[in-house]
Amino acid sequence: MEAAAIQLKNLTKTFGSVVANDKVSLEIRHGEILALLGENGSGKTTLMNMLSGIYYPDGGEIFVNGKEVIIDSPRDAFDLGIGMIHQHFKLVDVLTAAENMVLGIKEKGRLNTKVIGEKMREICEQYGFNVDPDKKIYDMSVSEKQTVEIVKMLYRGAETLILDEPTAVLTPQETEKLFAVLRNMKKDGKAIVIITHKLNEVMELSDRVAVLRKGIHVGDLVTAETNPQELTNLMVGHSVTLNIERTLCEKPVKKLEVRCLCCTNDDGVKVLDNINFDAFGGEVLGIAGISGCGQKELLEGIAGLQKVTGSIIFYPEDGKQPEELNGKSPMEIIKRGVSLSFVPEDRLGMGLIGNMDLADNMMLRSYNKGKSPFADRKTPAELAEKVVEELEVVTPGIDVPVRNLSGGNVQKILVGREIASEPSVLMSAYAVRGLDINTSYTIYNLMNEQKNRGAAVIYVGEDLDVLVELCDRILVLCDGKVSGILDGRNTTKEEVGLLMTSLGGEKEVSA
Amino acid sequence: MTYENVKKEPLIRVAKRPELSSKKAMLIRFSSVLVALMIGGILILALGYNPVSVYAGIVEGSLMTPTALKATAKIAVPLLGAALAIAPAFKMKFWNCGAEGQITIGAIASTYFALYQVDNLPTPIFFAVTFVVSAIFGGLWGLIPAFFKARWGTNETLFTLMLNYIAIGFVKYLRIGPWMDKGQMFPKIPMFSKSARLPDVLGVHIGWIIVLVLVIFIYVYMTRTKHGYEIAVVGESISTARYSGMNVSKIIMRTMFLSGAIAGIVGWMLVLGTNYTLSDTTANGYGFTAIVVAWLAKLNPFVMVLISVFLAVLQKGSNTIQTNFGIPASASEVLTGLILLCMLGSEFFINYRFVFRKKTVGGDD
Repeated sequence: MEAAAIQLKNLTKTFGSVVANDKVSLEIRHGEILALLGENGSGKTTLMNMLSGIYYPDGGEIFVNGKEVIIDSPRDAFDLGIGMIHQHFKLVDVLTAAENMVLGIKEKGRLNTKVIGEKMREICEQYGFNVDPDKKIYDMSVSEKQTVEIVKMLYRGAETLILDEPTAVLTPQETEKLFAVLRNMKKDGKAIVIITHKLNEVMELSDRVAVLRKGIHVGDLVTAETNPQELTNLMVGHSVTLNIERTLCEKPVKKLEVRCLCCTNDDGVKVLDNINFDAFGGEVLGIAGISGCGQKELLEGIAGLQKVTGSIIFYPEDGKQPEELNGKSPMEIIKRGVSLSFVPEDRLGMGLIGNMDLADNMMLRSYNKGKSPFADRKTPAELAEKVVEELEVVTPGIDVPVRNLSGGNVQKILVGREIASEPSVLMSAYAVRGLDINTSYTIYNLMNEQKNRGAAVIYVGEDLDVLVELCDRILVLCDGKVSGILDGRNTTKEEVGLLMTSLGGEKEVSA
Repeated sequence: MTYENVKKEPLIRVAKRPELSSKKAMLIRFSSVLVALMIGGILILALGYNPVSVYAGIVEGSLMTPTALKATAKIAVPLLGAALAIAPAFKMKFWNCGAEGQITIGAIASTYFALYQVDNLPTPIFFAVTFVVSAIFGGLWGLIPAFFKARWGTNETLFTLMLNYIAIGFVKYLRIGPWMDKGQMFPKIPMFSKSARLPDVLGVHIGWIIVLVLVIFIYVYMTRTKHGYEIAVVGESISTARYSGMNVSKIIMRTMFLSGAIAGIVGWMLVLGTNYTLSDTTANGYGFTAIVVAWLAKLNPFVMVLISVFLAVLQKGSNTIQTNFGIPASASEVLTGLILLCMLGSEFFINYRFVFRKKTVGGDD
């Protein structure tokens, strides 16, 4: 039998007291797509980072084509034919695709972009990519950038490709395209690993699945012989139901009326263009769109954090006079019960302070209550205890800095705090970003609780399957415009996906 | 792939270590001071002196006689005051390197009253008025860079540094200009009259009590109040502060006003309590040394008391060894620098450990 492209034996990596990978043994074979599946924080990325030379293992061995090797830097990984495509692309924005190909390669002779372009075209033809070698990176869409990354790895002779959450930033149509290319590469004998936590992708694309749970390799299965339920059980350790409950709201009360909302960013680009919608108490309004289509600006505009034009009318409870929110300070808007929790890519940048403990983070919402110059630290501490208990946050205590918690627990704290303030409008962006299934459901349930309590929930999400299942209505944004408002019960994710790309921007809709 | 792998595991790697107990961490910090004193000892040895007797000389010259003790206190008090002044700004990650200038501006304000208004005011009122006016002017001087930072995002480090020179330059102008002592050969500002001098308590001007009160005030302000909480949040993450509805510009300006105001008070006690006149060296580098104090104390006001006393002992003691041994007083600055270096270096060992190569792979050579 041919030696495996890469074989890992008992790889171990610890960060301080956290064991990220515990004696993981794994085989990556030529001509095969391996899905590396696991909850967030289960050590998928760490494992692959050891292969690509970013981390150095604390123990264990790596074999490439049957030979033991030491990978001490990304260059070593390149030399061994291992290429990793990270979630955050490693491209130089001001250079062209062709120039990015050869960055960091030591080759004799002058830089000849024509020759590079030729070689790129060959690669593209062979596998079915579509890249313009002379296009600058900053002119490219996310999907184009990803393609450049993949071509770059192939250009450098990668035999093994590792893709970290490749579909997180893609539309369904782009995902299809990516999968087609990956299949072509597999046929060519390349070994491919995709890191993911999306089960449908695993089922659709992979030949084999390796499941990690808490740093331990818990399962190695042939995709054709398994099913999503089994994989989920392996991932989370015990079975979870895959249904999101969605109660029908009997009499929705209007909470927010957004009219003619426009926003221009610092570069003079119109990022929000004439947005109109209403949000009702007792419903979840989903907002779908490719990342960077104005979701952030829209929510920040409502929260008073972003300068916008147009009107945002807020209807308070008990029939008080409606109020215009646009022009009010963020603090005034918060005091009216309009709350925003935004989970950015790094999870901590907005909404939480990594170096502060749980109790102090709870204070962010409540510290300003009352007239006393002294801050009340007791109530937040109690709240922290309560959130930890109710949302099953895994933490040694409430006096631990938030940065020491895993991503899922951090998000529970964030969402838990927003909900504790009993907002009348709860805006939440990417609340389940990077979360495992179990935690995601906890958060969906929290949103639903708020909806049933009568709050208007505005939920910006990435996972279309969830949007379609969770939301009563879905507002689709495309290039800063509303491209449609759909009834969540009577739509499909294909329909949403199409609307996400239907206005300008990505023109190629066909897969 | 025909890759010949003859690489070895790297000889030394740096790995993050599990969180140390605070006792162990303190031990590392403490031993870093010892290491610094040892390196300093080698330096003294190289200069041809006995380190033990030189260190003993420092302690003797700064602590062992009442006069020496008073002189040391006179250094420690403004140093501590200045460190307290920059602490809130540093907590906010607003790098206020302008305490020197804010002290000077506070000193100028007091000097005006000491020169021209002292006879018109009853003594308690005089001290109260000068105290308040110095604080306000120091605060306004601190407010300038804060305003520009909040409004246009200017770099506060450069801005505050430059303002120091303006403040000191202004004193030079006053010295040869409107406030010049007409009866003197050299242009200088006159000495204040007796009634414009701060009273002593236990042999040192009353400023030391004020500074100790400020220690408690700053501690409470930073750890117990809403303002203190806001400062901490802005320091950690401006976007989180904005998301929580905080008015970041207002917080930056308010905090810098406070920072400058405390520095202004230090200026007040320097001219009315120590120098009894104003010169362009009134601030005497306290505003800069205070950065070291605040940093080493990790912004904890109580630790600042210890560190400022320690540095004052070094400074006063080195004056003594200069007279007794002929070692230049700047040796104490070298020692201060060494201690800072070692203490900052120790933070690395608190967070990381070295891992040495255990095995070789792929052919020995």
